[in-house]
Amino acid sequence: MEKTVDNTAISESENRARGLPAWIIVAAFAILVGFLALIAWGLNRAQQPPIQVGDRVPPFTLSTFDGQQIKLDDLDGKIVVVNFWASWCKPCEQEAAEMEQVWLNNQAEGQVVFLGVDWVDTEPEAKRYLQQFQITYPNGPDLRTSISQLFRIKGVPETYFIGKDGRLADFKIGPFTSVAELQGMINRLK
Amino acid sequence: MKSRRTKIALMLALLAIAVSAVTGLAQSNQPSDDEVNAVAKELYCPVCENIPLDVCPTQACAQWRDLIRQKLSEGWNKEQIKQYFAAQYGDRVLAEPPREGLNWLVYILPPIFFLGGVFLVYRVLSNRKPLAKASTVDAASPAPDDPYLKRLEEELKSRK
Repeated sequence: MEKTVDNTAISESENRARGLPAWIIVAAFAILVGFLALIAWGLNRAQQPPIQVGDRVPPFTLSTFDGQQIKLDDLDGKIVVVNFWASWCKPCEQEAAEMEQVWLNNQAEGQVVFLGVDWVDTEPEAKRYLQQFQITYPNGPDLRTSISQLFRIKGVPETYFIGKDGRLADFKIGPFTSVAELQGMINRLK
Repeated sequence: MKSRRTKIALMLALLAIAVSAVTGLAQSNQPSDDEVNAVAKELYCPVCENIPLDVCPTQACAQWRDLIRQKLSEGWNKEQIKQYFAAQYGDRVLAEPPREGLNWLVYILPPIFFLGGVFLVYRVLSNRKPLAKASTVDAASPAPDDPYLKRLEEELKSRK
């Protein structure tokens, strides 16, 4: 019986000698937990859904090509049409004339604001595009892709309609095929 | 008449030399494709993810490369161009994340995990060696005074 007790004591002391110091185990565990938490946070952030219709649109500022700063917060009470486009995007060219036409139709009324957000584009080409299609509503680059990340756009063209209450009212993925289609979506919000 | 023709020919020749010199100078200011690609390979276009800009075939990427060429011809260096692209399109266009904020984890964690792994392997191996030696000695020379062994041997003898 004594022999058994001695053996157990020896093996415990050997295990203690062979095992890692407690502080190393705690530190390794803390690093592992921290790392897993970071991965979880990243995954959660990446899988967040885009703004849904009815959600309040987070504030953003568009710095236009001609140096204006347009803040969404300053446009409360107006219908805001946010159009994402790029000069290299062929479908964007299809709707460029329609966008400008509807803007001109609504400009005098003052209820509707158009904002063109140039996505992942180069400035010289973007300016050439605006000139080519004679676009007159405010347009600016999506600096650091911050606006497109708010809407979580998948590509261009995409158009979002923000109601007078600052909430997302409607959206269109892909180009508008007619003036009537675009004007119809705006009329529903008036 | 002959001397006048000679003068005209001489003037035309000088003009041709001057034009070719100016053209040559202009061409030497134009960055080569290799110079453009040296910058482009350190950038990624968000439209075509995971494809470096120097080999990306889309029109968007071609425009970006043109912009790099333009910036190089204006005398910008690689770092300035990379900073410009990061400011315009976000840090995700950079092949190497900038060393700031949470990005530091990308640089710090792998060496920590590697060193931790090396330390663990060292500990495990250094603890195994003495055990192996002890077991060899035990097998070669069993304890002669062990009462259990004696009893076992006696049991075996008595059964023969």
